[in-house]
Amino acid sequence: MSSDTSSSAKTSTAPGTASEAGLSHWVAYVRFLWRSVLLATDGTLLFYAWMTVLTAVAFVGANAWAQQVAEGMALTNMSNQVSWGLYIANFTFVVGVAAGGVMMVIPAYLYRDERMHAVVIFGEMLAIAAIIMAMLFVTVDLGRPDRFWHLVPGVGQFNFPWSMLTWDIIVLNIYLLLNLHIVGYLLYMRFLGRAPAPRWYVPFVVISIAWAISIHTVTAFLYAGLGGRPFWNTALLAPRFLASAFISGPAFLIIALTVVGRFTTFKIDRRPLGTLVSILKVTTLLNLFMVVSEVFTEFYSGTHHTASARYLFLGLDGHTALVPWIWIAIGLNVVAAALFLYPGTLKNRRILVSACVMTFIGCWIEKGMGLVVPGFIPSALNEIVEYQPSVIEWRVTAGIWAFGLIVYSAAIKVAIPILTGEARATDGDNGR
Amino acid sequence: MDDETRKSLQDEAVDDPGSDNPGSDDPGSDNPTRRRMLKAAGATAWFGALGYSLWPMRKYIKNLDQDELLRDHYKELSVADKKRIFAAIEKKTEREYGAKVRVSDPPPMPGVKYGYALNLTTCIGCRKCVEACRVENNHDRTDMQSYIRVFEIENMGLDISKGRLDYDHPVPVKGRRYFPVQCQHCDNPPCVSVCPTKATWKEPDGIVAIDYSWCIGCRYCAAACPYQARFFNWRKPRIPANEVNPDQGYLSNRVRPVGVMEKCHFCLHRVRRGKFPACLEACPAGARVFGNLRDPKSEIRWVLENRRVFILKEEQATKPSFFYFLAE
Ligand code: SF4
Ligand code: SF4
Repeated sequence: MSSDTSSSAKTSTAPGTASEAGLSHWVAYVRFLWRSVLLATDGTLLFYAWMTVLTAVAFVGANAWAQQVAEGMALTNMSNQVSWGLYIANFTFVVGVAAGGVMMVIPAYLYRDERMHAVVIFGEMLAIAAIIMAMLFVTVDLGRPDRFWHLVPGVGQFNFPWSMLTWDIIVLNIYLLLNLHIVGYLLYMRFLGRAPAPRWYVPFVVISIAWAISIHTVTAFLYAGLGGRPFWNTALLAPRFLASAFISGPAFLIIALTVVGRFTTFKIDRRPLGTLVSILKVTTLLNLFMVVSEVFTEFYSGTHHTASARYLFLGLDGHTALVPWIWIAIGLNVVAAALFLYPGTLKNRRILVSACVMTFIGCWIEKGMGLVVPGFIPSALNEIVEYQPSVIEWRVTAGIWAFGLIVYSAAIKVAIPILTGEARATDGDNGR
Repeated sequence: MDDETRKSLQDEAVDDPGSDNPGSDDPGSDNPTRRRMLKAAGATAWFGALGYSLWPMRKYIKNLDQDELLRDHYKELSVADKKRIFAAIEKKTEREYGAKVRVSDPPPMPGVKYGYALNLTTCIGCRKCVEACRVENNHDRTDMQSYIRVFEIENMGLDISKGRLDYDHPVPVKGRRYFPVQCQHCDNPPCVSVCPTKATWKEPDGIVAIDYSWCIGCRYCAAACPYQARFFNWRKPRIPANEVNPDQGYLSNRVRPVGVMEKCHFCLHRVRRGKFPACLEACPAGARVFGNLRDPKSEIRWVLENRRVFILKEEQATKPSFFYFLAE
């Protein structure tokens, strides 16, 4: 079946334009949201089972976090030397996923590839889920979550523009709003059976593309700006972040669309998939290339500053906690890159999905633990204190991933019947 | 909608709650009332489970008084605010640690900028300063924390990167040097620029202070500091009642709350009253020199003008107010 959202929207007779509806849109939009809640909580047994499992994991995470708040961050394995760990590693990675989710917009809108439009909605929903996860990962990393309001501009003390973290808070929030608007508007219009008015979403789409790049660049600057940490203090960091964003976003979308295609009435064309794979072909190689140039610079010069890279790839003075992680990551990325280059991959869904899973995990390690932890080892005064996440940290992390998947599943659950036209506004719903 | 769509719509379950769809395998779909009840039951169970999983937090929430929750940034506090807050902290410390304390915030003195210099020739690595800091500043006693860490290094060169912090033998050892490191009170402090909430800042007398009631515990400053000078309260500090130092500064040595950052503050509550830092008084070798950089007749100025002085990690452009020198 055709998954092309915009062409069917155009052919359906639009009962009116957005401007003539006026205030009643508020009523209609609330109704639309309510219908969405109903759609999201209704489903097959399989859907319920999936959501129940995710909810259980999310609650295990919430429980672990509650313990951590009550007892203090001593329940994590972080230390004064390695002061950021698994949480910030995941934060960094999911910001990449959020950025990557929207990169799909580029072929769809800039090259006017109409077939990509359905993918775009899935990408932007992914961005929404990932941003929510990013915010949760920052929250659980705070020693004083009860003082969260100190970060609110106007109410607290917002150290803008000096602290890169304040930049990150601003760009992430705006990015969330942009994507909520675009997804909400496009689905709402489909729900009403009207053609979306370009002026209400095209400018936002264009902004969100630039914004996707900005969120990951700012997140890279968070690290790159620290002169005391040579491992992060490199101009290559922002480009490296972007390359892995272009990997993790498309890879996750291919996995998600495959699952959706199996379990719902919604089938995606081969064309947009082909586009996603051609993005992956380039970005997995680009990412590997940048890893290689980084490794060369670090090792060939052999100066003091290479200790972190040495620790990461080879181990330092017998300390090797991260070595298996990074080599698994590199192995996964190399195999995935080779699979994407092999033409048969696109035809075989199983191989395609495994390649995506591999590179997703590979990037998760490389831009997560492999990036954050070596920045602290050796410490600024050259001590070697190793770090492996504690059970509590793993639980909280799993909980947040489960919550992100809940958000994404619910969003897909709402979007599909609207995209396929199964869920439509009844006469009372249509905003007049 | 094309033919394929219609066909797949007929084939598979439709998740539209508005339509009564007998083909759906949803358990409650044949009966809207029953379905609503099931959903209500599900929602109740959901909130129940959420409450249950967050239950461990109740202790933490109970311990938060409203005053602490809504307390403003130090720089925004009025005299009356301070009076109220200091009294509240004194009461809380008595309740939690069984010690009667006095909290104050001596202001910076005009015309003063502090500097600290350490004589690497005379320092014998006895760690008396480390211990004095622990006692003066109400550090956690179980993990032996202190703001000062002493590296043992080879006499040749002054490279602390190959130094050892964990030396455990009689000192001094011939041919070795001892190199204490604490917060350098940088004039260009990266920890201050990165803090998202302005919870750490540079005072007019050069002291880099932290508001323990404002820090959100993000630890960005710890990542930014090139001297490993910042320490995090991973848990609530544990101090026996008779070891609590009762003379406490709001910005310095009061017992820190859990989950916030702390570091050396040049014993702000002492030096602003004309006393020396505790580490200086404890040093048996006289290796530490502290004073007002703006006073041309001060001992610290004499050292800076007459000794071979250097700063740690000059290439970081942090402009420390802490100096090292050799007597020879
Ligand atoms: S030594 Fe570290 S903590 Fe102290 S002022 Fe400098 S950067 Fe900040
Ligand atoms: S840990 Fe506290 S002082 Fe340090 S950057 Fe975060 S809020 Fe500021």
